[in-house]
Amino acid sequence: MTASRLTRGGSAIDRTRPIRFSFDGATVEGFAGDTIASALLANDVAIVGRSFKYHRPRGIWGAGVEEPNALVDISGERTTPNTRATTEPAREGLETRSVNATPSALADRNAFLDRFARFIPAAFYYKTFMWPDWHMFEPRIRAMAGLGKVDAGWTSPDTADQVNHHCDVLVVGAGPAGLAAARLAAGAGLSVTLVDDQQRPGGSLGHRDGEIDGRPASVWAEETVAALVADGHKVLPSTTAFGIYDHNLVGLNQRHFDGRPDTLWRVRPRRIVLATGAIERPLPFANNDLPGILSADAGLSYLKRHAVLAGRRIVVATNNDSAYEVAQAVVEAGADVTLVDIRRDGAPALPAKVRTIKGRALASASGRLRVEGVTLDDGTKLEADCVLVSGGWTPTIHLFCHAKGKLAWSEARAAFLPGDPVDGIAVAGAAAGAVSLSDVFASAEKAIAASGPTKVTVPRSTGPEATGGISAAWPKPGSKGRIWIDYQNDVTVKDVELAARENFVSVEHLKRYTTLGMATDQGKTSNLPGLALMAGITGRTVPEVGTTTYRPPFTPVPLASFAGARAGALMAPVRRLPLENVHRESGAVFQEYGGWLRPAHYGGAGADADRSIADEARRARQSVALFDGSTLGKIEVIGPKAAEFVDFLYYNTMSTLKPGRCRYGFMLSENGVVFDDGVLVRLDEHRFVVSCSSSHVAAVHARLEEWRQDRFGREAIYIHNATSEMATLTVSGPNARKLLETVGLGLSLDEADLPHMAVSHGTYAGDEVRIARVSFTGDRSYEISIRADRAEPLWAHLREAGKAFDAVLIGLEALMILRAEKGFIVIGKDTDGTTLPHDLGSEGPRAKRQTEYVGRRSLFTQEASRNNRLQLVGLTVPSGEPPLATGAHGIKRGDGRLHSQGFVTSSYQSPTLGRPIALGLIERGAARHGETIEIQHLGKISSATIAAPCAFDQAGDRLHA
Amino acid sequence: MQLFPCPFCGPRDETEFHYGGDAGNARPDGADVPVDRWTNYLYLRSNPKGAAREVWVHMNCGEFFVMERDTLTHKVLSSADLGGGHAA
Ligand SMILES: [Zn+2]
Repeated sequence: MTASRLTRGGSAIDRTRPIRFSFDGATVEGFAGDTIASALLANDVAIVGRSFKYHRPRGIWGAGVEEPNALVDISGERTTPNTRATTEPAREGLETRSVNATPSALADRNAFLDRFARFIPAAFYYKTFMWPDWHMFEPRIRAMAGLGKVDAGWTSPDTADQVNHHCDVLVVGAGPAGLAAARLAAGAGLSVTLVDDQQRPGGSLGHRDGEIDGRPASVWAEETVAALVADGHKVLPSTTAFGIYDHNLVGLNQRHFDGRPDTLWRVRPRRIVLATGAIERPLPFANNDLPGILSADAGLSYLKRHAVLAGRRIVVATNNDSAYEVAQAVVEAGADVTLVDIRRDGAPALPAKVRTIKGRALASASGRLRVEGVTLDDGTKLEADCVLVSGGWTPTIHLFCHAKGKLAWSEARAAFLPGDPVDGIAVAGAAAGAVSLSDVFASAEKAIAASGPTKVTVPRSTGPEATGGISAAWPKPGSKGRIWIDYQNDVTVKDVELAARENFVSVEHLKRYTTLGMATDQGKTSNLPGLALMAGITGRTVPEVGTTTYRPPFTPVPLASFAGARAGALMAPVRRLPLENVHRESGAVFQEYGGWLRPAHYGGAGADADRSIADEARRARQSVALFDGSTLGKIEVIGPKAAEFVDFLYYNTMSTLKPGRCRYGFMLSENGVVFDDGVLVRLDEHRFVVSCSSSHVAAVHARLEEWRQDRFGREAIYIHNATSEMATLTVSGPNARKLLETVGLGLSLDEADLPHMAVSHGTYAGDEVRIARVSFTGDRSYEISIRADRAEPLWAHLREAGKAFDAVLIGLEALMILRAEKGFIVIGKDTDGTTLPHDLGSEGPRAKRQTEYVGRRSLFTQEASRNNRLQLVGLTVPSGEPPLATGAHGIKRGDGRLHSQGFVTSSYQSPTLGRPIALGLIERGAARHGETIEIQHLGKISSATIAAPCAFDQAGDRLHA
Repeated sequence: MQLFPCPFCGPRDETEFHYGGDAGNARPDGADVPVDRWTNYLYLRSNPKGAAREVWVHMNCGEFFVMERDTLTHKVLSSADLGGGHAA
């Protein structure tokens, strides 16, 4: 092949702006407006990549999204693997590399594989690398597999924008059909968004002949776009509609080519017009994958848009009318042209100066690294440095199928066309099987007919009209030589035959067994020939064989587009405390707990965390501790039916609670399992505050709403989640009361006025504060709730006043030790998805309650009454032993094997007791206090003695101290 | 992405909703409900192909409502609030 740039012409290129970029390390020169492919072709670079399996030399096939061969990895401004050279604009300074080739596409060191091709047919890997074990072969095969290389070290310095967009009509494709439909819809008063994957709208009008309303087609296209923009409609070039999702949501990926990441658009149009055109198919002949064999339409496109003539001695091979225009154009550009048409008659008028052979097909192509000649089926040999091929057109119906559209086979067009209409979606132009511009415009008019009368007249084709004559030329079983069906995946006629022999005759099986239609091009050129061949082999019709499922995305979309800003810290944003910065100044080390970022301890970064935590837990018992408990749930239940409501929601009877008092209780799921625990506060007759676990607030809130709306009614109950409105500052320890008295909260702290499990109100700096005597440490505690935005002065005051008492700031880790010393559980840690309330020692309501509550019936099943249930216990270890491992199993022996009899759920070294403490769920544990059992962890066996869960101050005296 | 009609907010993306179960799965009250009746309430779902009546919640506003939709075509047929609060 001797492809070259002509001295004149090229509608897309700007010869005043030369550019240079590199391909496989060599410099390539081109012009602004070139694609990487057109520039490579202009420089006569024949081999642009290596095939996936056999490492065959491959050249450019197409000029658009369908390209199976010309994939390049791009580095430089933005690293992108597997980019189609045919759609990627050439830009100054880009570094591009061929894929699947080392060191270069021209001199690939794995090219030898092609000589072993007959030993590695389809499914070779499945059959060969079974014994002794696939995993033995996997690393080396994986290293050889794949196309482009991902640069794992590269991270985007910026994030992709994501745009939500609404319009009346979204038109996909700015060729003649899309432009006409957009203009007509605009004329009907609708808001229109027109998207096209090319940089310049116009579609086929950019290289195919035509005259519209008396003007050259390309001029008409420019005027139509200008009119749409002037009327305020949105026109997005370089934008691919890659998928239609449920309820006609359309995903767009917009490219910028200025260093910015792509933009993802989520469009909700009222109507969609798909004017997505059609893709040219190859013809089946031996060695039809040689470099220099291009789609005829691509050859025409490179000539008209980029002034690149793909060869000097060109054979145009076709089975349809569309290649005649191509033959005419390349002969006029100076090439020596022979047209070979498989049809004897019925074709358009013969182009002048073109040698024409009718009723003959290509049998094979020859050449070592690029095409050097062809042989016809009668043995005639023709020299050629380029073969332009047209095997007919496959309408681009991918998006229609995404929307669950069904296809209908057209024998006349030798293609699947859109079948029964889909709500809200119309298909126009070549995608609907239209060929001539008149038919295209008629289909566009029909596509927007439902949108009402339009003030714009339907465009008229005033020039020569294309014709759609075709005689199908599908690959045939038993053909000689290696005939490629799928270039990208190296699937030949013989591979499809093999699949059929081994009974993989369903298209979906054919695809998986041979990889036909997989990878980046998803078989845009190969699917139809492949299934037509399978139809031929199995004696079925093409529609009987059917197509594989079309799924988004139509073309590869960068993951960065889907991710948008959801990366790094924004991937799963944490909830933050109002006093976070104050805690940081106090040396807090933060960790995420149940979605909240909370102080783990206050030892400062770099401190020995275990020592800091132990120190905090020890000092908390000695005098007084300050703890930020703002994350604790504060959900208000208000209304005349509030008492009845909380009775139903809780396992424990709550309606008997007196105003001003608090009660601890469980919420169960309907299956009886303990869902949450916490304190319920009754503020007055009709107002409660549900104080649930920090990480359960959203779930508890949702559950309260569900029962309110689905059982009790909205009129008598109101639910308000006040969790984030208020900060909760906890003062706990023997000196808690003394400290609070120095602060002055305007209320009596006397035992009679504010006993344990009571709530009272005071004021601080003019703001109301709510004070609850509730304890999660086992020591006298006050939980002070105040407006979140006024919490900082109060916290500062508590800390200042605390100095006189040697007060200690404690983080969540110390609190975990304190509560475990007392045997207080954490739901989900000390319980699991089978734990019932009586497993935790709460038998009363189950035995006595007569009123209905969530989960009640489930507490009286056979399973719930089983006598060997896991029950909450404390576990102590022999003197001098380290703490048990959390998750270690209690074991028993039988049948010569070890059996689990429960497990350790919490385990700590208690600094106050000076020994390890642990909680666990152990079979029949409540009745086995004092019994020593074996504990197994990672194969090591130790022992522990079952005890009451509470290891510290069993009498509870410290609550009142 | 499906658009679900919240009776309170109007059409919103499906990601804002949670599924709440079959509509009409009335809760039997009492500690002596026959065990198979209770098991059906807890676990047995109709999982129809085609028209389905379901309870959904719009997480953004907290509205629980009944939506009728086609599980095959994903077409939404109707949506209505729970009607002031008796088991739907
Ligand atoms: Zn809503």
